[in-house]
Order: sequence, then C-alpha cells, then structure tokens
Amino acid sequence: MKLVVAIIRPEKLNEVLEALYRAEVRGLTISRVRGHGGETEAVETYRGTTVKVELHDKVRIEIGVSDTFVQPTVKAILAAGATGEVGDGKVFVLPVEKVYRIRTGEEDRSAVTPVVGEESGV
Amino acid sequence: MTPTPINQADTAWMLVATALVLVMTPALGFFYGGLVRAKNTLNTMMMSYVALGFVGIAWAFIGYTLAFSTGSNWLGGLDNAFFRNVGLDAKGTIPHILFAGYQATFCVITAALISGAIVERMRFGPYVAFITLWSIVVYAPIAHWVWGGGWLGKLGALDFAGGTVVHINAAAAALVVAVVLGARKDYARQAIIPQNVPFTLLGAGLLWFGWFGFNGGSALGANASAALAFSNTMFAPMGTLVVWSLLDITRTKKTTAVGAATAIVVGLVAITPAAGFVSPVSGIALGAIAAVPSYFTILWRSGTRLDDSLDVIAAHGVGGTVGALLTGVLAQKIWNGTADGALFGNPRQLGIQFVAVVATIIYSMVGTFVILKAIALVVPLRASQKEEGVGMDVTQHGEEAYSSGEGAILVQPDRG
Repeated sequence: MKLVVAIIRPEKLNEVLEALYRAEVRGLTISRVRGHGGETEAVETYRGTTVKVELHDKVRIEIGVSDTFVQPTVKAILAAGATGEVGDGKVFVLPVEKVYRIRTGEEDRSAVTPVVGEESGV
Repeated sequence: MTPTPINQADTAWMLVATALVLVMTPALGFFYGGLVRAKNTLNTMMMSYVALGFVGIAWAFIGYTLAFSTGSNWLGGLDNAFFRNVGLDAKGTIPHILFAGYQATFCVITAALISGAIVERMRFGPYVAFITLWSIVVYAPIAHWVWGGGWLGKLGALDFAGGTVVHINAAAAALVVAVVLGARKDYARQAIIPQNVPFTLLGAGLLWFGWFGFNGGSALGANASAALAFSNTMFAPMGTLVVWSLLDITRTKKTTAVGAATAIVVGLVAITPAAGFVSPVSGIALGAIAAVPSYFTILWRSGTRLDDSLDVIAAHGVGGTVGALLTGVLAQKIWNGTADGALFGNPRQLGIQFVAVVATIIYSMVGTFVILKAIALVVPLRASQKEEGVGMDVTQHGEEAYSSGEGAILVQPDRG
C-alpha cells in the first residue's frame, strides 16, 4: 500500500479528478493549501501597499492505494495536472504501514479497495 | 414656447430619484459579483463600478447631447456637448442639469448590464473601451429615438422607464458580445457555481430599492404618474417572485435564493416600460406572467453552448420584451392619460410596441458587433486560457477579493 500525495494547481483540480475517475481510482481527500514551488511571484497593490505574493493557492490530494493502483494514479495526475509551466506541483508516493477502514474495521488491502456497490450506497 | 417654471416638489423628488438610480449600478455589481467564482469577484464587480466613471463622463461630454438635444428623428444635435447650455434653467419642471444627471444614471447602468454576459473571460481594458463607445454609439441614439424626440417616440411607442432603451438594448448587446467572445473555457465542462449567494440577494434588494427612482423618477416629477409607477415597481416584482417560487417548487421541490434574486430582477425589468401606463392590478398580472418565459429561457439557455454567463438575455431581453409588449396590451388611458393598449380597444399600440422592440434589437446588435470588431483590430478582447484559469482578479487587477495575506511580502515603496 502507498499513500499518494499530490500538490496541484487549483484550476487543474477538476481535470485531475476526472482523470482519476477514469483510472478507476475511488476514495480521496483534498485540502486547500498555499505553497511556493519556484514560480514567479504575483505583484498585488492595495492603495499604497504593494506586495509580492510568494505563496500561491494549491490543492493537496491524498489517496491511499493498493500497490497495483500506484502507477495508474500517478500517471493520471501527471497527465491531467500539467501545464508545462513552473508551479504545476509535485506528486509524492509514500509507504504506508497500516490502513483501517473505520466502518468495518477491515485492514490494509481490503481497506483501500472499494467494495462492490459502495458507490451506489452514497 | 413659454418656459415652464421650476417646480420645487418635482425638483426634490428628482434629486432623490437620481441618487436612487445611481446606487443601482453598485447593486448590480453585488448581484453579478455573487454569481461568479471567487477568483473573479473583483473583476465582475469592477465591470459595473467602472461604468460609473467612464460611461458617466462619456455621457457628460457627448452622450447626453446625442440623446436629448434637438436634432433629427435619428440623433440629437451637438448643442449640449460637454454640457454646454445645460444649466439651472428649467427642462420640463426641473433644472436642466438635474435632468441630464438623472439620465446619466440610466446610461451608466445600461452599459454595466451587458457585463453579465461576458464575465470571467473578457480583458478589462477592451471592456472599458467597449462600454464607453457603446454608450455613445448605441445607447445615445436609441434613447433619442424613444425619449429625445426621435422617431419611436413620435410613432407613439410607450416605454415609461426603459424597457427597450435600457433592457432590451443591453440584452441584445449581451447576446452579441457573448457570441463574439465565445464561452468560458470551463463552461459546460465543469460545475461553475456562485461564490457568494448573499451578495446576489443583497444586490437584488438594493436594485429593487434603486428601481423606485428608476421607474418613479421617469415621471420626471412628484405627481400621480410617479405614484403609479412607484407602486407598480413595488407590486409587479412581488407577483413575479410568487410565480417564480411556485415554478421552482414544481421543478425541484425547493425554492431557491438565487431564483428569488433573479425573479425580483425579472419583475423589475418587465414592469419598467409599463410602470406609469398600466393599472396596479394589470401591473401585478404583468409581473406574474413575466416570470414564466424568463424562467424557461434560463433552463433552455444553460443547456446550450451560448455562455450568456449570468443570463442577461433571459432576465433583461425576455423580461424586457414581455414587458414592452404587455405595455401595448395593458395600457389604459384612464391611468396614464396617453394611450390605451390592445385589451382596451387599441390593438395598434401592440404593433407599435413590436416595432420598437425589433428596431432596438437590430440596431443594438449591429452597433455592438461593429464596435467589438473595431476594438479587436487593436487589442485582443479575451484573456488567455492561463489568465482565465488563474482568475481575472489577480491577472486583470492585481488584487484578490478574499486574501489571507499569507506569503505576501511587503515591497517597500520607492521614494526615489
């Protein structure tokens, strides 16, 4: 099992989600974060105050996947999240020691594999 | 011609009415600003606010004279260019400068109305150039046709406060700009939902408040006609709101806040041409009827490739047309002293209304298209895909509506 953590552009979120859906990756968490990846600062002016905004809005996606899903997940994010310009973000793949599904108490591989009919149960 | 004396009551009411109509443009900024995505809030609101500057000054310099000074059937003359000869003498029963100021507020909001069709994608500079030129080339002539002594007024077209001049005119322009610019890159690909519905409700409420000046002031005096227009402005949108809510419940089982805000605007638009011409009961009927076509136009439009983003055509075009035509049906001489409509023995009035609607649509569409193409020869109209993605607030204005200040490093001012 791995934890895939991706930092992407907010305006690419919908495309990335679509790509993940097509890759049959289900179950993920997103959060809005701010970060800096070497892109040029935006200059903003509010009356007499001029600022350089070094931290840009980004979206952090976290996905716990079984080993067979690692490559499809990463590929989907790379393909859908790229614009080719500095600031597209990063994908990290981290080892995971243990996973539990809270509802059933299932562990590890079965905990990150969607059960049949799970989606329709929403 | 003996000059009429200035009437103090009329002047007092028109001073208030002018301030009321002025506040409608910021109100429109809130109405539109709530409906876009957070990254485009300031840009959208600025599209309204900037009209207060550029369009207002264009009106003072040249728009007013083209609309209201003595001229031909088609266009006013240049006697009042740069407000020359616009002083404290009576125009009607109020000071001339007050009349010109009151009419300026109409020109400003009409230009701003168009922005609803092109939010989240048009570059700001070309937008400002467009609405400024448009106010001179399109708005001023049509205002002259109907109110400035031009051919539609002589024909007997009834437009109390701007159903054709303001709303149909702005909506026809909106259609052309939306088509020329094309849809937003995310349109019909991903969900684009309102960032701040309370802003939209606030805007609709303030529009209603300001509209009392818009319609009530169009009587140009503190008189019975103003009272009729004023009360129709209150009751007609109430009718629209009730019918719209029932349509919402029938379709989705819930009444929506965005729907209520839209209904209020549609009702106000529809009663605008009729305000001082129809009885209060007719006004309520007109408001109630107007809900239906606008409601279904919005449903239909959102399934098409036409990215009239904030439904200017449905609210102002369809609402304005329904109002203008029903004015020709429901007008009553015993209420307005001018003309009866088709329901009261004068079917010809409906034909005249139809001519006014069609003439406005054609002229506005052609004029808008020519202005846009002329600007596009000099500068691109549309923001790049990347700018659209990042958002128009940062790329067009260098500001954010909702900034936490995290990671913002102060640049010390250069005192050199």
